[in-house]
Amino acid sequence: MSRILTFAEAISEAMAQEMERDERVFLMGEDVGRYGGIFGTDVGLYDKFGPDRVIDTPISESAFIGAGIGAAMEGLRPIVELMFVDFFGVAMDQIFNHMAKITYMSGGNFSVPMVLRTAIGGGYGDAAQHSQILYSLFAHVPGIKVVVPSTPYDAKGLLISSIRDDNPVMFFEHKLLAGLDWLPFGVKGEVPEEPYTLPLGKADIKRSGKDLTIVTASLMVHRALAAADKLSAEGIEAEIIDLRSLVPLDKETILTSVAKTHRLLIVDEDYLSYGMSGEIAAVVAEKGLYDLEAPIKRLAVPDVPIPFSHPMEDFVLPNEKKIYAAAKALVQE
Amino acid sequence: MAKLTKEELIKMYSQMVLIRLFESKIGEIYGKGAIPGEMHLSNGQEAIAVGVCANLRADDAISSTHRAHGHMIAKGVDLKKMTAELFGRKAGLCKGKGGHMHLFDPSIKFGCGGIVGAGLPLAVGSGLAFKRKGLDSVSVVFFGDGAANQGTFHESLNLAALWKLPVIFVCEDNCYGISVTKEMSTAIKSNADRAVSYGIPGVAADGNDVAEVYQATKAAVERARKGEGPTLLEFTTYRLMGHFEGDPEVYKPKEEHEEALRNEPIIRLEKVLLEEYGVSAEELVKIKEARQAEIEEAIKFAETSPWPKPEEALEDVFVEGGVR
Ligand SMILES: Cc1ncc(C[n+]2csc(CCOP(=O)(O)OP(=O)(O)O)c2C)c(N)n1
Repeated sequence: MSRILTFAEAISEAMAQEMERDERVFLMGEDVGRYGGIFGTDVGLYDKFGPDRVIDTPISESAFIGAGIGAAMEGLRPIVELMFVDFFGVAMDQIFNHMAKITYMSGGNFSVPMVLRTAIGGGYGDAAQHSQILYSLFAHVPGIKVVVPSTPYDAKGLLISSIRDDNPVMFFEHKLLAGLDWLPFGVKGEVPEEPYTLPLGKADIKRSGKDLTIVTASLMVHRALAAADKLSAEGIEAEIIDLRSLVPLDKETILTSVAKTHRLLIVDEDYLSYGMSGEIAAVVAEKGLYDLEAPIKRLAVPDVPIPFSHPMEDFVLPNEKKIYAAAKALVQE
Repeated sequence: MAKLTKEELIKMYSQMVLIRLFESKIGEIYGKGAIPGEMHLSNGQEAIAVGVCANLRADDAISSTHRAHGHMIAKGVDLKKMTAELFGRKAGLCKGKGGHMHLFDPSIKFGCGGIVGAGLPLAVGSGLAFKRKGLDSVSVVFFGDGAANQGTFHESLNLAALWKLPVIFVCEDNCYGISVTKEMSTAIKSNADRAVSYGIPGVAADGNDVAEVYQATKAAVERARKGEGPTLLEFTTYRLMGHFEGDPEVYKPKEEHEEALRNEPIIRLEKVLLEEYGVSAEELVKIKEARQAEIEEAIKFAETSPWPKPEEALEDVFVEGGVR
């Protein structure tokens, strides 16, 4: 049966069902217990599973993320929560040099079946240290799967797949999708009650169209969909590809779409340079250049930290208006 | 220990009141949606900010946290510029780029940030610079009981002790790190005891008694100025507000909160002033009114001051010129 859930509810349901199914699964992180997660994603888990499986940690990211890795190597299946992705720096060594590489360095003798969930994104004035996306950083390091859902349905299915995956998976949850009172936006959607999985590495065409391809992920999928409605009113049909995971990357869906539309706009809430938008552009330049009828366009944060003040934050973040304008300019080229 | 004079205490009271009234007003404005982002207030912790800073000179540096308004006011910030920053205006301390969690003011040698535990190494760096320059300035870092479980806490104490740097580590134990109590997060009862591991003095004191905070800090500052090295201070207090505004606080027992309200530092100081120093109730009211007027003025300044231009977002990523 399907019900309407918020993005945050879909995530907590996925974790609850996996914890019921497999006693090796447990959750730890800051304020995941009695608080229910700062972004409401862990509500109800503490009451259901108790303090042994829903563990409030001290503010010691390096230690508890590292402990997740060690526990995963011993055969448990930890879900570790990093409250904001921006705090990853505290635990960078554990993530980059251990979580990502132990499988490889051990020649496959060890695996790290762990999910590192984290909140991303700006758009509500939380400034430079609490508004970043950063998924490209983790996608850059070999050995980490990078999952980025945009809807409650995808969030549940992708999270269950991530928990069941024998590899380390980072799972990026945009704060503005969560559906909390104190944050703007928020998405709701139909979610089946029974557990289900979605494949990691399969992009989803959220809207089909013939005039241009917009490749994006997370919150920007919704911004792109809103822009596409406006474009459609003017006779421009955009095809919107929701990547859903950056690693593995579904190159085929992107290339097939570009072969159909001949125009590519990449929308990324991350920094412009050396990131997801550049990677997608490179893939299409390498494998689909002759399908293009116009240069590839990228819309991303223009290589500045996220400023606090609203007019400046609005200026650097991609939004519906900017996507509309960029798409329109691209089809007119 | 010499008792504080009436004048000294009144000055501290006046600053504590300024912090309390300012933050209460900011909380109100935030509640109406006029300030974006998160908002962490320090109501109940004013005695620590004021008692510590009363020992400092203009050339002493402070490194602070996400809950920094009180520290900044106690160090003598221009309230108008600080308020304008909270409102995201061009005239703000950081031209609207930093906001509530990232307040920087070189004129009072102050910086803070939103990453828990990140201020400690920076303070060690200021201490190192003071020592290398041959100055007797001190570096003070404020951090919470939650931050004391970060690696940076331990690494910084060791470095400062090893290099005998003029750093005062001020742990504000307000019983919580968001919803997690100190008992749930910390393997030892008193963080001051952790100083033993680094061979430096660790002093625990009542953070709701401004005179006690002042005296404990005084000894630490004197030691640092003489080149004898760092001190770890732990002040116990209570976070009267939610972790941030909007926190439902379901994890806080009601009785605990009510008990804390009776023990909060401003009421306690008022009692001392009235009963032991012969200050009149009218005098206290006058102080409050004067401070409230200052706050209204700062808010008016902020509200009416212009926004930054959107394109200014592109400036300040690097220093202009950059090569010397
Ligand atoms: C590295 C890092 N981890 C987690 C957080 C989220 N966070 C912000 S404040 C806070 C609690 C801090 O507790 P404490 O140090 O005791 O200071 P208090 O909030 O009580 O003043 C947490 C977990 C953060 N900002 N940075």
